[in-house]
Amino acid sequence: MIAFQNVTKTYNGSSALEDVTFQINPGEFISLAGRSGAGKSTVIKLLVGEEKPTKGRVFFGQYEVNKLKNKELPVLRRHIGIVFQEFRLLPTKTAYENVAFALEVAGRPIKEIHELVPQVLDMVGLADKGVNFPHQLSGGEKQRVAIARAMVHRPEVIIADEPTGNLDPFHTWEIINLLQKINQLGTTLILATHDKEIINALEKRVITLDHGRLIRDEEKGKYILV
Amino acid sequence: MFTVFSRIIQYGFKNFWRNGWLSAATVAIMVLALIVFTGLILFSAVTDYAIGSIQDKIDISVYFTPDTSEDQILNIKQSLETLAEVKGVEYISRDKALEVFKTKHADDPTISQALVELNTNPLLASLNVKAKDPNQYAAIAEHLSGNSNLKRYIESVSYYKNQVVIERLNSIVRGVNRGGLLLTIFLAIVAGLMIFSTIQLATYSNREEIAIMRVVGASNALVRGPFLIQGIIAGGIAAVVSLVVSLPLVYALAPELEHFVPGLELFPYAYAHALELFFYELCFGIVVATLSSFFAVRRYLKH
Repeated sequence: MIAFQNVTKTYNGSSALEDVTFQINPGEFISLAGRSGAGKSTVIKLLVGEEKPTKGRVFFGQYEVNKLKNKELPVLRRHIGIVFQEFRLLPTKTAYENVAFALEVAGRPIKEIHELVPQVLDMVGLADKGVNFPHQLSGGEKQRVAIARAMVHRPEVIIADEPTGNLDPFHTWEIINLLQKINQLGTTLILATHDKEIINALEKRVITLDHGRLIRDEEKGKYILV
Repeated sequence: MFTVFSRIIQYGFKNFWRNGWLSAATVAIMVLALIVFTGLILFSAVTDYAIGSIQDKIDISVYFTPDTSEDQILNIKQSLETLAEVKGVEYISRDKALEVFKTKHADDPTISQALVELNTNPLLASLNVKAKDPNQYAAIAEHLSGNSNLKRYIESVSYYKNQVVIERLNSIVRGVNRGGLLLTIFLAIVAGLMIFSTIQLATYSNREEIAIMRVVGASNALVRGPFLIQGIIAGGIAAVVSLVVSLPLVYALAPELEHFVPGLELFPYAYAHALELFFYELCFGIVVATLSSFFAVRRYLKH
């Protein structure tokens, strides 16, 4: 479903990724582990077409992402849901509107939006917070809105880039449990994190990056860096 | 397609309202720019009026010999009126010339006394010729003095006496026209740039939002559209506000301007043309704001 084939990415001569090859199958939950600057964010940027690889190919379903034109990227991105460390909610939209936005951009009819958004907000435990703007929500609540937005259009893949980086331990586990639940419902999940505890507790596949190289790819892996 | 379009309009209005302070600041700067723009329109009306009144003062007089009959003069008048360059011809008979002369010098006893002693009318009948374009006086004067049929009736043509003054006035008129045009272009560019940079700043403060929209999968049209709508709303509001502000300003300034250009009634002019002014402001505001939004958003749509 997702494949990186000998992907190298360099920025002004210094390489962020070097000859990285891996594949992710539908329904998998994989952790992308590594220190800050190991190349986790570059993998995500290449996958959503925000950057183009210097060498190699990136596949997502039927798309060869590195060949997509700027205009074609929105269509690719509607197959993916992304959750960021800094939440990245639209500040002038309420929680409800932020979630609805992912459906609106895909051109879904208003009736479907009115049905789906409350369901998803309910699922992330925010049924009563739909009218609140992001600045009226706590960190954990904002991240749950972001997850609701990422999943509402039923994407094939959800990418969570350090989703717990700004949260306390209690909310961290709340978010990880939510992500696991979404994965159990059939969505492929890619979790980029440098949190050792989370990775070890998950007991799922772990791809470890170090200085832009893929140094380990294990089923039920652990966070091990030499 | 319709869904996307209606969502763009809806987002545009919502964002405009929810970005209250930013929208208000944008509108305020646009109001200033549009007041400058209104000033330009009124300035061109003032110069047109001033130039018109200078041009109106220029004419040439053709004086006829005392033995030319009134019929002959009226014939010449008629033939002059058929010339394409001529705007109008006024006949001043010898009697009328005397009457005007007497009224003009009524307070001067020496002249009145001299006229009585003279016992005849020393003044000549004349035709006052006005050209459509002041540059054509030379051609008209040439036509009069170059024609041998006419020449025997004509005593003198005032153009040759006033040639230097007429030419100087013409060059002033040309200068004012050219200077006014350059000033208009320059200030219109300044007003346009004011709006452009304001909208660029407003868009810059929304760059993170644009990035989020892109990541969520919004098409370029859906990202850009609401900004264009916000530009249109800001342009529309700014046009209304600038008209409401500029009319009283014109009312207050008009008497001062009248010192420089006598007879100029700027406020009644502005009031009578208020709708037209509003239309120009609206067009200028909306076109510049929409184009600015278009280009301002473009740079953030590259990833």
